[in-house]
Amino acid sequence: MARTLLAIYPHTPRRYDEMLAKDGSVRPHWNQFLEHLDAVTPEEMRRRLDFSEQRIQENGVTYNVYADPNGADRPWALDPLPLIIPPDEWAELSAAVAQRATLLNAILDDLYGEQTLLAKGLLPPALVYGQHGYLWPCRGVKPPGGIWLHHYAVDLARSPNGRWWVIADRTQAPSGAGYALENRLIVSRVFPEMFRDLRVQHIADFFRDQLDGLTALAPVEGDEQPHMVLLTPGPYNETYFEHAYLARYLGFPLVEGQDLTVRGETVYLKTLRGLKRVHVILRRQDDAYCDPLELRGESALGIPGLLNVARAGRVVIANALGSGLLASGALMGFLPAICRHLLGEKLAMPSVATWWCGEKPALDYVKENFDDLVIKPAYPTQNMEPVFGNELKGEARAEMLRRIEARPHAYVAQEMVNLSQAPTWSRSHERRLLARPVGLRAYAVTTPDGYSVMPGGLARVTTAAGTRIISMQRGGASKDAWVMTSGQVSQFSLLKPSVGVRDLVRAGSNLTSRVVENLFWLGRYSERFDDSARMLRVALSRVVVGGGQKTPVVIAVMELARRLGVLPKPEEDAEVKEGGEHELLEAIYDPEQPGSLACNIRSLMWSATHVRERLSLDHWHSLNRLQRDQQAALKTHPTLTEAIAFLDRVLGVSSSLTGFAMDNMTRDDGWRFLFIGRRLERLSFLALSLAHFLRMPAARSQGSLEWLLELSDSIITYRSRYSRQPELLPVVDLLVFDESNPHGVVFQATVLGNYLERMLRELGDDFGAGLTAALADLQAFDLRRLENIQFDSARDYSPCEALADLLLGLDSAAARLSEALGMRYFTHVGDVSRQTMAV
Amino acid sequence: MQPVRYRVLHETRYDYGSNVSLSQQQLHLSPRILEWQQVEEQRIDIEPVPTWRRDGQDVFGNPVTWMAFHAPHDALLIRSVMTVAVMPHRPKDLQASLGWEELRDRLAYDSTDPLPADLDATRFLFESPHVRVKHELADYAADCFTPGTPVLVGAQALMAKIFREFTFDPEATTVSTPVLEVLENKRGVCQDFAHLMIACLRALGLAARYVSGYLLTRPPPGKPRLIGADASHAWVSVYAPDGENDWVDFDPTNNLLPNTEHITLAFGRDFSDISPLRGIILGGGGTEPDVAVTVVPLDEEELPSELRDPAGDPPESTADDS
Repeated sequence: MARTLLAIYPHTPRRYDEMLAKDGSVRPHWNQFLEHLDAVTPEEMRRRLDFSEQRIQENGVTYNVYADPNGADRPWALDPLPLIIPPDEWAELSAAVAQRATLLNAILDDLYGEQTLLAKGLLPPALVYGQHGYLWPCRGVKPPGGIWLHHYAVDLARSPNGRWWVIADRTQAPSGAGYALENRLIVSRVFPEMFRDLRVQHIADFFRDQLDGLTALAPVEGDEQPHMVLLTPGPYNETYFEHAYLARYLGFPLVEGQDLTVRGETVYLKTLRGLKRVHVILRRQDDAYCDPLELRGESALGIPGLLNVARAGRVVIANALGSGLLASGALMGFLPAICRHLLGEKLAMPSVATWWCGEKPALDYVKENFDDLVIKPAYPTQNMEPVFGNELKGEARAEMLRRIEARPHAYVAQEMVNLSQAPTWSRSHERRLLARPVGLRAYAVTTPDGYSVMPGGLARVTTAAGTRIISMQRGGASKDAWVMTSGQVSQFSLLKPSVGVRDLVRAGSNLTSRVVENLFWLGRYSERFDDSARMLRVALSRVVVGGGQKTPVVIAVMELARRLGVLPKPEEDAEVKEGGEHELLEAIYDPEQPGSLACNIRSLMWSATHVRERLSLDHWHSLNRLQRDQQAALKTHPTLTEAIAFLDRVLGVSSSLTGFAMDNMTRDDGWRFLFIGRRLERLSFLALSLAHFLRMPAARSQGSLEWLLELSDSIITYRSRYSRQPELLPVVDLLVFDESNPHGVVFQATVLGNYLERMLRELGDDFGAGLTAALADLQAFDLRRLENIQFDSARDYSPCEALADLLLGLDSAAARLSEALGMRYFTHVGDVSRQTMAV
Repeated sequence: MQPVRYRVLHETRYDYGSNVSLSQQQLHLSPRILEWQQVEEQRIDIEPVPTWRRDGQDVFGNPVTWMAFHAPHDALLIRSVMTVAVMPHRPKDLQASLGWEELRDRLAYDSTDPLPADLDATRFLFESPHVRVKHELADYAADCFTPGTPVLVGAQALMAKIFREFTFDPEATTVSTPVLEVLENKRGVCQDFAHLMIACLRALGLAARYVSGYLLTRPPPGKPRLIGADASHAWVSVYAPDGENDWVDFDPTNNLLPNTEHITLAFGRDFSDISPLRGIILGGGGTEPDVAVTVVPLDEEELPSELRDPAGDPPESTADDS
């Protein structure tokens, strides 16, 4: 039976084997699993592996790899065989992990407080003051409950004699607990019978403990519910999947730095419905980047002022700012004495033997025993890969020794540990177990009753038998870790078995400001892109008709385009070129020219990227195609006819985008902001173009009113109503006052007013007052004043000027409204916080 | 000897060009009380009035003020006025200081509990954001610190060497120019020279801190003092414990040991700890400030009207040093 799998399993006495004892017999806690494995048919095993891979793909479990030039996500690698740990062994291990977490928390409290460890000589100042990870402004901060280390991970390895050792401490923002959870959900279904029969402890309790621990510390006032968020550096982080996954699992909003804002001594989440106080930040962003005001100022990722909130004790930052300090391997040698001093106990689990070169005797030892040691950076912020002494020869070795001599305090040396090996399932052979070096990352979280340790963890194996470093970045694989229990198995789960009525998700009411802002700008840019294409098409077709001559119409159209910013303002002494063809083509295709169509396409793409999940694939493709055409045209010098055809296509895409938004998007706050953006932009375009038109002497020529109608997309309506040449009064009525014309000024303002009124009812903010007043002023204009004015030859244009002033007033009201909405609701994603410095 | 009294005006003005919607600022503009320096009066006026303000002490014991502006504004004016009395504190005998190797070994870790003053000095012994510690720097200082040289004699020689070999040139560097680049180009301003001297001392295993403050300047004979013609200044303080004054100031920009013409604002590991005004703004256009400093010796000159307090106008706020 079991012999068949074991027959070709490599057994070596040089390493501890998780499955086999020294004499080659199967360890008792592996017996049952191995028998089961042997009984599974190859077809059945293949099916189970397929299931596992499918789950990983469907759930999008990935690990971003920086080294990949394409920045691509890589599917998470999972070996189906668990690492099995018997109950008694686990009891010892978990107690040691909890003790270590308690110790490290006490060390942080000391180093950012009284510093007795330095005063008593138990730690060298170099390992505190000399570390970039020691965040000076955090000294004196007293985090709620005296807890600095809310979650902790420790990398463990087993030496040939079977003892577990600590290889590394993770105190900054330990990763992997979410992957461990996902591994568990998959592997427990690959081997459901074994999972049950071996009485494997569930890990859901651990996450409940984490929630309980954070809830207990949350500095709430009165009957406030603690509001907790998970702070991620963003989608480019290697473990972003896990951030999103854990946020969903724990029920926390996933936020980036710019979603949070500090006002005085309180930190808030910016949501559409206003600022919501945050009590707990579970942070996956490195501490040095968390507050650009007092920590690293060049980073735009952080939350300016966060440290002042921490000083006031008004937020739990988990882990506390400054905790990354303890990830330094150089501390390990000092821990036994510190443990006796701070906890009055013996350190339960040894660290791998570590020498900090900053001590003279240690440095001498390292030089003498170089071949048996791994050289590592003393400070986690140093950028250096571990170096194996026996692999360094000749000049490289001399160079390394010189570097250590020059700055001994920056290096540590560790004994090389022969990792234990565990069986993994071979993917390339039929029914074969491979032996791979294995390490275990264990997790602890703070609770009101001390640290709780996850029963299990993230086990990791190297891909090759001889590899000495386990790293997911380097292509290692992970394993589930099964901790057996002799007692009851808890059935607690945070995952809901199925969706109940209370869990139904309707149109999002709790949108973050970032999403809403992107939709608002998508609305504005899609209208702006439409408007500029229309302006350019009017101009280009007039140029074509004029045959390159500067006809009065061409002059007027070009001037309006310039006033609207579609064409650049001319240089003061620049020669006016004939016809303006070249200028128009640049305004279509040159993305570097502000206000150009190409530039608007780029802005539109930018905002569309950020709300991509809300656009249909078709629209995404047509936008992409437009940008490609525009980029191709940069090289080929298109003709005027080609340019007009391109503009036609732009307007086609634009109207299908609008149709899609009207027809297919759910009517939530986000949708409303999309249309507010769109209406505001159109209102501003119409009001400005009409006001300039009415004031421009150049426009007072024959045929002007016709292109004005074309520009406002109202020529068809006009013709169907008045079967005669355009005249001022009916044109103005249609373009300004007609409440039924969707391309008219009053129509935009009225519809905007309706949206704003609804917002006032739901969000309690009144932004519409200024707009309503300006609209009322406009509507009070007496149209009779325009009767009998021949626009191309009037004697008195003062009624036109008066109307233009009213339109400009409406445009300013719209601009103020846009700014007020931005101030109130938006994150200002386009605006990056900047550092200022004065001496 | 009598203390020398000064009135200092330090004005910083930002014209952002467009609206800043949110701004947070950290100020190190209030002078520190020292054994040889008393602060008689001090106030900071701010325009616009900040939405939130908190006064406190930083980790090095310097007065610090944090403030936030939540309403849109397109300019920021910070006007710090102080009256400070400085006593002479130059050490009598540089030769009497400890040999530099002896001090270096005292500051190095040896598993025993250190003297409190030595432990305190180790805060200024290692790299900091603007002070890299590289062997090139130790090499540069080597001829000033021959074996057995008393630490203050070595520091004075190093200061003189920097003064001799470096050119004052405001165009050559920015606040973020690395020390090694300064060493190579031999040009810079007071911050660069202070950082360089600190880096050399730390590279030798000695403790040195960065001091920010003001320096009295003299108008040409017969000419009146020009308001705002001065600038903030920076120099170095070297750890040389003698039981009385453990830290001795050196000004490498002027090659002198500060006595009563330097007014101390704050000290830290380097500029980044005690930048006079450091902020984060959202929005706005230009971020280059206009800075004007005026230092008036009260016992020698009449106070120009700009530096007098308007009569009957109570100070809006004073920093709290407690």
